Parts: sequence; C-alpha cells; structure tokens
Amino acid sequence: MSIDIAALAARVRDGTVRARDLAEEALARAEAARSLNALVTLDADGARGAADAIDAAPARAGALAGIPLVHKDLFSTRGLRTTASSRMLADYVPPFDATVVERLAAAGAVTIGKASLDEFAMGSSNETADTGPVRNPWDPTCVPGGSSGGSAALVAAGVVPVATGTDTGGSVRQPAAFCGITGLKPTYGRVSRFGMIAFASSLDQAGVLARSAADCAHALAAIAGHDPRDPTSHPCPVDDYVAALGDGVAGRRIGVVREWFGDGVDPAVAAQVRVALERLEAAGAKLIDVALPTLDHAIPAYYVIAPAEASSNLARYDGVRYGHRAADPADLADLYTRTRAEGFGAEVKRRILLGTFVLSSGYYDAYYRQAQRVRRLIADDFARAFADVDLLAGPTAPTVAFRIGEKTSDPLAMYAADVNTVAVNLAGLPAISVPAGFVDGLPVGLQLAAPAFAEGRLLAAAAALEQRSDWHRARPEGFR
Amino acid sequence: MTIDESTLDHLARLARLRIEPADRGGLMADLAALTGLVGRLAAVDTAGVEPLSHPGDLTLRLAPDVVTEGDRADALLALSEAAQGGYYTVPKVIE
Repeated sequence: MSIDIAALAARVRDGTVRARDLAEEALARAEAARSLNALVTLDADGARGAADAIDAAPARAGALAGIPLVHKDLFSTRGLRTTASSRMLADYVPPFDATVVERLAAAGAVTIGKASLDEFAMGSSNETADTGPVRNPWDPTCVPGGSSGGSAALVAAGVVPVATGTDTGGSVRQPAAFCGITGLKPTYGRVSRFGMIAFASSLDQAGVLARSAADCAHALAAIAGHDPRDPTSHPCPVDDYVAALGDGVAGRRIGVVREWFGDGVDPAVAAQVRVALERLEAAGAKLIDVALPTLDHAIPAYYVIAPAEASSNLARYDGVRYGHRAADPADLADLYTRTRAEGFGAEVKRRILLGTFVLSSGYYDAYYRQAQRVRRLIADDFARAFADVDLLAGPTAPTVAFRIGEKTSDPLAMYAADVNTVAVNLAGLPAISVPAGFVDGLPVGLQLAAPAFAEGRLLAAAAALEQRSDWHRARPEGFR
Repeated sequence: MTIDESTLDHLARLARLRIEPADRGGLMADLAALTGLVGRLAAVDTAGVEPLSHPGDLTLRLAPDVVTEGDRADALLALSEAAQGGYYTVPKVIE
C-alpha cells in the first residue's frame, strides 16, 4: 500500500488488483496490529462481502474502489455495532448509515471495522475508551492522541491507508500529529454530521486521516458536500481538492502564530516545527510573524461551550429508547440516574456535570454567554489575521505523544494538550496536521489553518511540504 | 470556585446522574479545578460583543415538509430493551 489510494483504486477498477485481496491484506494487518487495541469491531465478513461486490463489476466502482478503511466508532453504520467507545452504546446496532459512511461506500471504499476513540470523543489520549487505552505504533507505552486515536494508530500502523475521524477540539489533528500522519479537519458545515454521534454540535466536524495529502484529498472529495439531512451542512460548491494538490505555496503568506509557540509548548517541538516552516519558505512561501492575543482564552472558552453542548446532547441517553438500560428500576428517576451512572465513564460524567454547571441558573450568563462572546472575539481575531495572510501555522500539539497514564488523574493537564487546536473549532475553520519530523523518536505535527472552505489551500501546502521532506514516509518499527 | 456537597447534588440532579459515594470527593475537586479554569473568562473584556453560537452566525434552514423516512417504527423500537406492543415502556409514573 505504498502507492496513493487513487492509483490503487484505478488498478482495482481496471481489474489488475482485486478488492478482495486488498481487504484480506488489511484484515491480516489488523490481526498483526491487535496489540495496539485500536479496533473496537472488526467486520471481516462485511469487508469480504463489499470487496467481492466490487470485484464482480470493478469498472463500475467509484474513485475509492476497493480501498480498505476504518470508521471512527462514532459514525453510525447500518447493521454494524456503533459504540462511541462507551458502555452506554456497547450493544447499539444502528438501523441507518451516517452520510460519511454512505458516501465512502458509494465511492467503493471497503469498511473493515470500527476504530476506538475516547468515550463519546471526549479526550485527547484515547484512554477513556471503555475497551481500554489504544497504543501508539511509534511507542506502545505512549498514547496515540485522541479522540480519533484508534483511526490514527491504524493508519500509522499501515492497517488501512485511510480512516475517518471527527474533530470537535482537535480530535483529528492531534492524534494525526502524535502518530506521524496527515489529519484534515474541514470547515464546519463542509461535511455532513448526519449519523455522527453528537458531542458538541456547534463544533463537531467529520474529517479524514491518511498518510499523505493526496490520500486526504481523495477521501475528502468523497465525503464533502451538502446534505439536506444535516441542517448545518453548507450548500456552497465543493472545490476540486485533487487539482489543488499541485498548487504549491509559491507566493503564499503564512502567518506564524506567536500564541501557538507559547509557554506550554515543548521547545524541541517548537524548533522542529520551525524547521518544517523553513521548508515551506524554501518552496516559495513567505513567513510572517502574527499575533492573535485572544487565542489565550481559547481553552477556557472551549471548556465551557463543548461541555455545555455535551450535557445537552447526552441527555438523550436515558435508558428508554436505545443504549444501556439499568436493570429493575424502582421508578423513572432511578431508571434515568442509574442508567446514566452505569453507562457513562468518568470523563464523560465530569464533562456533563461541568456543562450542567455552566448552563445552570445563576451561572449561565457568567460562564456560557461570556464564553460565546469570547468565541466571537476569537473568530474576529482569525478574520483579521486572514485579511493579511493565506494560512496560519504552528505546532499541532504542545508536546509529542505522552505516556499512557501520565495525565489521566489531572484533567487540566489533559485539556492543555488541546491548547493549539480548539480555537480553530470555535471559529469553524479548516485545519490540517502534517508530519513535520521527530523529537526523541516520536512524530511532530505542523498545524496549518485556513479561511472557511479553503481546504484546497491546506492540501496544497501539505503536498508542498511532502515534496521537500520525507517525514510522511517514515513508518514505525514493527509496522513497515 | 469551591464545589460543595450541595452544589454537587444539585448538578447531579439536573444532569440525572447518580454519583457513587466513592466518586464524590474526586468529582468535587475536579469540578473546582475546572470551574477555576473556565472562570478565567471573567477577566476578558467583552463589553458590546454579541455572543457567537455557531461559526459564521449560521442559522438553521427549514427543511421541506415532506416524508423522507416512512414508517420505521419496528426497526426503531427494536433498539429498546423494554419496548412492548409498539410502545416504549418505563416504570410506572402514575399511582
């Protein structure tokens, strides 16, 4: 699987490669990578069936014909268990497909399973999954990042060339950075959220993880576009992301965001990201020092808004219609409170309680409304910056992957892992994490952000960096 | 801010979440730390700033008033652990 997914799909369509063989190879690799604990559900029968259907009429298959992939287990898959890595949904089998799932299947991609995540996508380390922590292929004592940690680990380990993820505060970009792959979070509204289990609805966006900008472009092309089933889905036309890959960065003005190189950022990570930026400069980009002072408020604003929306969204898990139901409830209140106590893990409960607090009478204006005002200041700050530059850049995460268990007892330390990623979600902008080298043998990610709907510009810059580096081609020992 | 026993009970009641006695101390400490973190927003000058609820001040569009799903009652009820006779069931609420 060293060629890009479009070229591989072309071979499937012309009959020189069988989709079934690609599926079998992915299934075998999944078996070999079991120690990563990255898959919640392996769907070997489903994968073989889908692959055989493509092989029966390969010429009619789509742009991703026969490409094996995993979906983050937050996307509803018809007839295939969808757990959100929560006990609450441990046995939930959706009667419908998410739009992202439907579109990738229509393009010919073959789902081999569902990838682990932090429970309900709440986390930055994939340690809150009810099936236990996922391990980083680069160092199994380290986390893969989160919340799309299973997706990132499986792509980095070469099990599949592409995976879906979701990004509410960095959940595609940060695990992509920790696992040395490319992760794209599109503009809010660019990809349908229909069938994606809701965490924070004004921030959630589906994204893709892959080993190159080109593979991300092909996957995004398959899922982007208006969907009447998601009222926040945007009707504006979808750009040609594949064509954009060749645009380069000559003449592009890249704002190097001072706050993204702040006190909490490991100096070695910051230095490595500057090395990557110099490569873009050598490719013709102009680097410009930029300050966005409101970004210092992004973490507190995010940790008001995201938990508030989560507390509301997760109210639906009441033991009545689907999901876990407490046994022998004494009365209705007992059914609700015990179902939720048994079904949710510690981090989800923490965020529901925090969200309930900031929305509660007496605190709503001081916390929730104030956070929404700060959110506008942050969005305005980005808009001001983009009046002068084409892209904004900094480290995706303040550190490389940390050790499993290192931050689990300190929520504030864990939340600080998102310091450079959450602001982009608050403003609804697209951003990408691109492999930018290594510190102490662990991958570093360069984050690039762009104005709304300028995903093509991000992919062009990511492709330009790939042309002047080989960081994206590095593979973890044991998974080559 | 300090989260005391009665505040925790109030939040748990609003969130319909039973909290085990062994978890109370840790949750109160965590929530105190987290309200401290988000409390930093109070220092930001937001006078005259309109709250932003969605990126781009997005407003929800009305969907055409047409049936798209059809009757899927059986498939949906099958997801419940306690559906009977075409209804969801809950513990008795009327004495």
